[in-house]
Amino acid sequence: MYFDSLEAAIQMDGHGVFVWAAYAITVAVLALILIAPRRRARRALRHAAAQARRAQSPTQAGASA
Amino acid sequence: MWTFFHKLGSPPWLYQISGSILRWLLPMTVIALIAGATWGLLFTPADFRQGNSYRIIYIHVPAAVVALAGYYVMAIAGAVSLIWKMKMADVALKACAPIGAALTFIALVTGSIWGKPTWGTWWVWDARITSMLILLFLYLGIVALYEAYDNKAAAGKACAVLSLVGTVNIPIIYKSVDWWYSLHQPASIKFTGESTIDASMLYPLLFMIISFYALFACCLLMNMRAEILEREGRTTWVRALAEGKA
Repeated sequence: MYFDSLEAAIQMDGHGVFVWAAYAITVAVLALILIAPRRRARRALRHAAAQARRAQSPTQAGASA
Repeated sequence: MWTFFHKLGSPPWLYQISGSILRWLLPMTVIALIAGATWGLLFTPADFRQGNSYRIIYIHVPAAVVALAGYYVMAIAGAVSLIWKMKMADVALKACAPIGAALTFIALVTGSIWGKPTWGTWWVWDARITSMLILLFLYLGIVALYEAYDNKAAAGKACAVLSLVGTVNIPIIYKSVDWWYSLHQPASIKFTGESTIDASMLYPLLFMIISFYALFACCLLMNMRAEILEREGRTTWVRALAEGKA
């Protein structure tokens, strides 16, 4: 490791706040673009399943609507 | 060859093959990103002039490189969907835009944070920064344009045209550091001739660039899968899939 201690790695000779902030923002944005499509896909599947149920039993769907 | 193209146009086939690719590519990408970031943050020497602030390079440059490369992918998808009316190209075009926007945003924000300790300012209207900002607006413009139309076929056509027109910006971004010499330095990594970056910094940087490419591929496939499920919600194969999971 380049730094002598954890403290030095956090401080980075005064640049730590910039470096760690840049990495933190990047992690947040990357997490967002990795999670968003999964949620979209799950919602689309739920929607399709609900539609399929309605298609199979039109009378029940009509009664509940 | 033609059967491959034919398969590529088939949503169930694309959904299935992308699923089996993602099963190993996604975990590998996440591990590579964590490893590469750790390498750059903790195991590389400090820059003799900039000190430790240069460590931002390991996210700033890969994000910018892949944001540009992503635009090519998007514009090519746009051309294919315009010329051959291929539905899956339209899906790919729409899937690229939010990822490109996110990567451009990362490049701009990390560059701004890097600029403060290095140049003493958060922002300058430097040619490369300005052209990257235009790239961000192009990506966001395509996301917004899709939402603006009720007719999705018309939306796809308009976005394909916008993506093709926007390619004008790409050579400008590449050449901006040579044409308008300002705060951004000209390219240090060259395919021909000697790179002006030390090997101890070059290898982690190249590693991160490759990892970001893999990340783009993962996000592209994931967005395409979600889009396919939304568009094909009424087909029997999606219903069967949905009921299997429910």
